[in-house]
Amino acid sequence: MKMRRHDLPQLLVINPPGLFDYGDPFAAKFTVLRAWESPLPLPRFLSAHAQSAPALLCSAATRVTAGLLDLLPSLRIIVTTSAGLNHIDVPECRRRGIAVANAGEVFSDDVADAAVGLALDVLRRVSAADRFVRRGLWAKDGDFALGSKQLVGKRVGIVGLGSIGLQVAKRLEAFGCPVSYNSRTKKPSVSYTFYANVYELAANSDILIICCALTEQTRHMIGKSVLLALGKDGIIINVGRGAIIDEKELVQSLVWGEIRGSGLDVFENEPNVPEELLSLDNVVLSPHVAAFTEESFQDLTELMIANLEAFFSNKPLITPVMDKQ
Amino acid sequence: MDSIGVLMACPMSSYLEQELEKRFHLFKFWQVTQKPQFLKEHSGSIRAVVGNAMAGADAELIEALPKLEIVASYSVGLDKVDLGKCREKGIRVTNTPDVLTEDVADLAIGLCLAVLRRICASDKYVRSGKWKKGDFKLTTKFTGKTVGIIGLGRIGTAVAKRAEAFDCPISYYSRTMKPDCKYKYYPSVVELASNCHILIVACPLTLETHHIINREVIDALGPKGVLINIGRGPHVDEPELVSALVEGRLGGAGLDVFEQEPEVPEELFGLENVVLLPHVGSGTVETRNAMADLVIGNLEAHFMNKPLLTPVV
Repeated sequence: MKMRRHDLPQLLVINPPGLFDYGDPFAAKFTVLRAWESPLPLPRFLSAHAQSAPALLCSAATRVTAGLLDLLPSLRIIVTTSAGLNHIDVPECRRRGIAVANAGEVFSDDVADAAVGLALDVLRRVSAADRFVRRGLWAKDGDFALGSKQLVGKRVGIVGLGSIGLQVAKRLEAFGCPVSYNSRTKKPSVSYTFYANVYELAANSDILIICCALTEQTRHMIGKSVLLALGKDGIIINVGRGAIIDEKELVQSLVWGEIRGSGLDVFENEPNVPEELLSLDNVVLSPHVAAFTEESFQDLTELMIANLEAFFSNKPLITPVMDKQ
Repeated sequence: MDSIGVLMACPMSSYLEQELEKRFHLFKFWQVTQKPQFLKEHSGSIRAVVGNAMAGADAELIEALPKLEIVASYSVGLDKVDLGKCREKGIRVTNTPDVLTEDVADLAIGLCLAVLRRICASDKYVRSGKWKKGDFKLTTKFTGKTVGIIGLGRIGTAVAKRAEAFDCPISYYSRTMKPDCKYKYYPSVVELASNCHILIVACPLTLETHHIINREVIDALGPKGVLINIGRGPHVDEPELVSALVEGRLGGAGLDVFEQEPEVPEELFGLENVVLLPHVGSGTVETRNAMADLVIGNLEAHFMNKPLLTPVV
């Protein structure tokens, strides 16, 4: 027997959908409360319509603070479409007995693929060479100037050996790159070389890849000294969060040739990108899309629904947010 | 040895030119305005030709150089050298295998990622300021996609090894099936194309493999399929490829080589599902130096009556 619309559990969505569309698959199983469609200011909308909503579906754009939770007395579960949790006051949710589920490892392969793609593009100057051809310069000016560097044998340093970092390591090993890493704790199950701090890692790497979460400890972790340690033949790839790198220092290093190049999917103040980078040939710029493929969004939809259905049938969540050490 | 005449077919490497000039009497063919006259004048002293992927030693040139003993190619592909004629005349031929295998394989994967994940197009999106007005779009996942490789030699094998790290199931077409090979074999290119998402050309260019990618293969690959060419331009029927891409009958292409380099069909310039590279497969500083060293090493070995380093004929 098909459930009537108002028998379906209420699922609150506060921000408008971006590339991820809270569409038909959710509407079929839940009564979706679309806060952004209402002319009412948010607190009034929630007070009028969401007092009995047990579930919230949010992206990284929705800040889940104690203040918001105060307006949602019936909230029991939050599912977020991101792997990162900076936007959610997780301890506050715990205090109130609200379960939290995130995107788990749904994006790890795609983010790892993007990191490798950016590294190859920077080293082999793929985007720069493609621009060269499209401007008609190959026929006009002759061969593309040689400046590309080989990937094989380059030392890869991964910052953050979580789900994404491990996938990056697995891929680059197949290209003949020795892998080392820095992480909050050493991982006994991997054979990669561990460095206790990012400076040491950078000093011993040719390609530094940022795969960690943004926390108070990792904010501006990559600054001038780390960039100088990486050196003028080194490249840095960021698929984590913009604020992990001191962007002003990074721009300076690139403009002054203190590092060789950079592949960046994330920035400190998206969608703004420092002007100086827009005219450099030794950088590859990407609009925060490392995770965004048709396939990962399909997997994400299924995962979000699976988490919600598990919750509503009193079963364990698929990707619960665990307390970190 | 500096009285030995070496004819360089076209510009390819200033490092190689320098090294050749130190050891031999180097003639730069591209700077010669009256070629027949030049050949008559110098045919008595030219004992070696250095060629590459663009220009080598065809029958006509070989006939014009009666003192020719060795053709050393600054490439692994020898489609620009008339191997039959060289065999006939006892002329040695060398190439540059192995040193460029990894770079070419790396670029093949780089092209797969650039095409499927729209890396070049999204870089352009940011530089043009469009990101401030709205998000880019969803692209296509590379991990797990079926990869079909034409030619499972050194380069094809290196491509397969890398693609495996992305959990891509690998299949291949080759003139003969390889025993003890874990990858799935297809006895024809059309069957391979029908059963893979990404088709990679990694075989030598010969009479048999000319236009190995034709209309039938392109149709089999289909509107979601992607072609990566790191072989030679003439492997692909280029007008067919262009119309398939423009009409949406093929999903995308990553091309490092073209039929009439450096000419590239302009119809491709406006497409965001293609990546166009100016024949840079082996184009890293490290590899080009290693290739040059092999050319020099082969020539020195020959003229000192030592065994050649990387002979093909």
